[in-house]
Amino acid sequence: MKEKEIDLAVVGSGPAGLSAAIEAAKYGASVEIIDENALPGGQLFKQIHKFFGSKEHYAGVRGYDIGRKLLDEAENLKVNIRLNTIAFGVFNKNKIGLFDQRSILVSKPKKIIVATGASENPLAFPGWSLPGVMGAGAVQTMINIHRVLPGRKVLMVGAGNVGLIVSYQLLQTGADVVAIVEAMPKIGGYFVHAAKVLRIGVPILTSHTIIEAKGDKEVESATIAALDQNLNPIKGSEKELEVDLICIAVGLRPEADLCRMLNCKFTYIPFLGGHVPIHNGDMETTTPGVYVAGDVSGIEEASVAMEEGRIAGISAAESLGYISSEEAEKEKIKCKERLKAFRIGPFGSPRQEGKDKIFEEYKRRVKNVK
Amino acid sequence: MRIVDHPILGKLKERKKVFIEVDGRKIEAYEGEPIAAALLAAGVRVFRYTSKGKEPRGLFCAIGRCTDCVMIVDGIPNVRTCVTSVRDGMKIETQKGLGKWRK
Amino acid sequence: MLNEQNILNKIKSSPGYPSKERFLKGPVAVIECPEEIPCNPCEEACPFGAIKVGEPITNIPMLIEDKCVGCGKCIPACPGLAIFLVNINYSEKETAISLPYEFLPLPNVGDEVDVLNREGKFICKGKVIKVIEGEDHTWIITILIPKEFFEVARGIKPLK
Repeated sequence: MKEKEIDLAVVGSGPAGLSAAIEAAKYGASVEIIDENALPGGQLFKQIHKFFGSKEHYAGVRGYDIGRKLLDEAENLKVNIRLNTIAFGVFNKNKIGLFDQRSILVSKPKKIIVATGASENPLAFPGWSLPGVMGAGAVQTMINIHRVLPGRKVLMVGAGNVGLIVSYQLLQTGADVVAIVEAMPKIGGYFVHAAKVLRIGVPILTSHTIIEAKGDKEVESATIAALDQNLNPIKGSEKELEVDLICIAVGLRPEADLCRMLNCKFTYIPFLGGHVPIHNGDMETTTPGVYVAGDVSGIEEASVAMEEGRIAGISAAESLGYISSEEAEKEKIKCKERLKAFRIGPFGSPRQEGKDKIFEEYKRRVKNVK
Repeated sequence: MRIVDHPILGKLKERKKVFIEVDGRKIEAYEGEPIAAALLAAGVRVFRYTSKGKEPRGLFCAIGRCTDCVMIVDGIPNVRTCVTSVRDGMKIETQKGLGKWRK
Repeated sequence: MLNEQNILNKIKSSPGYPSKERFLKGPVAVIECPEEIPCNPCEEACPFGAIKVGEPITNIPMLIEDKCVGCGKCIPACPGLAIFLVNINYSEKETAISLPYEFLPLPNVGDEVDVLNREGKFICKGKVIKVIEGEDHTWIITILIPKEFFEVARGIKPLK
C-alpha cells in the first residue's frame, strides 16, 4: 500500500476546499485536494444564478464562473486535485485511507481540512420512496450539470432559498412548477427569490405540505393539504396535483463523518443544520491539526464557504510554519470582516448566534486556548 | 429528457456519444456522464426493486450518499449510478433486491 | 400573507420605490428589494450615483430619485432580478416597463405577451418593443401596457 506524506490534505473541492487549498499553497505549503466526484467545484457549478454580496464576494457573478476562477487559481498554484477518490477512513489518528476506484493509497498529511459540505434532509410521507421524489439539490445537479430533466410537472416542497432558486431554475428548463408548498406560515427564503417565481405564475402555498405521493411505479400525482397552527393537516383541505416530479427542499445537514473519524467533538445547533463539529474562529476543531470550512461546519452559503476556507487555509499554513502569526492574523481579519456581511440582518444574525455558540463550546472543551 | 437549449447555459455542446444497454435495450448516452443521467434522459426512472416489499426505487440524492439509485453494472450489483460514469458497451440491469456478486 | 396588496405595500414603503411625482417626471428605476440581505451590485452599477446601499451591505437599497435618469443599467446588474424601469408617460395612453428576463424562447419585438402582476395573475396584454441582452444572459424586455397598470405589471408569462 502506497503511503504519501504531505503538508496539507483538503477533503472536498467545493468553494471551501478550493479556497483553503489556494491560501495554503500561496504561502508555500504542499497541498492536495481529495474529492470523490468526477468533477471538482462542489455545488458551485450548478449555481447558474448570479451571486449576492459585494464585489469582493463576486456579487453579480454566476456560480459556475466563480467555480472556474477558483479552479484556475488552484491550478496556477499547482495544487493537485485527486478526483474520483474517496477518503474512506482515518487510521492511526493521522493517516487517511483513500480509494481511487482502483487501489488504496494512504495519505499522511501534517494537517487536514475537512470541507465535505452537506447532505439534503429527507422528508418522509406515504409514497416518499417512489421514483420521481428527489432532493431539490439532486434535481439541480441533473438539470444544470447533466442537462437532463427528471420530470415535467413539479411540486416543490420547501420555500427556503434552495426551494425558491431551484423552482426558478426548473422554470428555465421549460418545466412546469405546479406549486411550492411551505409548512411554515412564512416563506423562509429571500423576498426577491420568491418574487421571481410568483410573478411567473407559480403559487407559493404557505402553511401547506405534501401528504402523499401517488403512482404505480413512479410519481403520478401528489396530495397536498393545509396545516393548522400546530402543523397538523386540516381535514378537508386536501388537494391532488398532477405532477411527475416532487422536489424536497427541507434543509441541509453537515456531511461530517470524516470529522467523527478524526475524533472531533460535536455540538447541536439546529439553525446551522444540526450536529456540527466544534471549531473556533480560526476554523480549527477540537482535534488539533484538523480544520473545517464550509457547510460541514454549519449550513450557510457558498460565499461564507469561501471565506471560511480561506481562514482554514491560512490557519493551517500558519501552524505549518509557512506564515508568521502576525501576518496570518492580518489576513484572517480581512476574511472575518468580509464574513460579517453574511451574518447580520434578519437572515444572517441567527447564523452568527449559532457560530458564537460553537465558539463558546470550543473554549469550554479546549484548554489553553489563545 | 435532454435540455438542448437553456437561457443561461446555452445550447447543449457536442459530446462523444456512447451506447449502453439497459435490461437489453440499447440507449444513447454521452461519454463521461453518470449512468443515472443517461437513464433519466431516456425516460427510465425505476432503477431497482427492494428485497422485501418489491418497491420501485430510483434517483434520490444524486450525490452518492443515499444508495437508492444502485443497479447491476456489468454484472456487479449495488453500483451507485449517480456517481458512476457511463462507458461504451456498459451493461446495466434493474436490480432486484440485494443482487448477487458474479463469480 | 402572499397577496398582491401585501407585497405592494411592503415594496412601496421601502426606500427603493420612487414617489408618484418622480414617476410622472419620466423614466425611473423601481427597486423592489425590501429586505435586509447582503447585496450591493446595484449601487456599483448606477453611473449616476442614484442608488445607495452603503455599509453594512445589508442596508435596503435607496433610490435617490433626482439623480436617476432612467438609463436602466441597474436592471441586469441586480442578482435578484428585482429592479424595473418604468416610463409612465411613454405615450398618452401607454406606459413602457422594462424588466429582466431569463427564459427561452425570447419574445420578438412586436409580439403580444400576457402581462402578470406580482402574484402571477394576468392583468393585461402587453406589446414587446425592445429585447436586449443586458449582461451575462439577463435580457431586458420592454413592454407597452395601458398606463393604469404601471404599479402592478411586473411579469411576462413565459412563452412556450
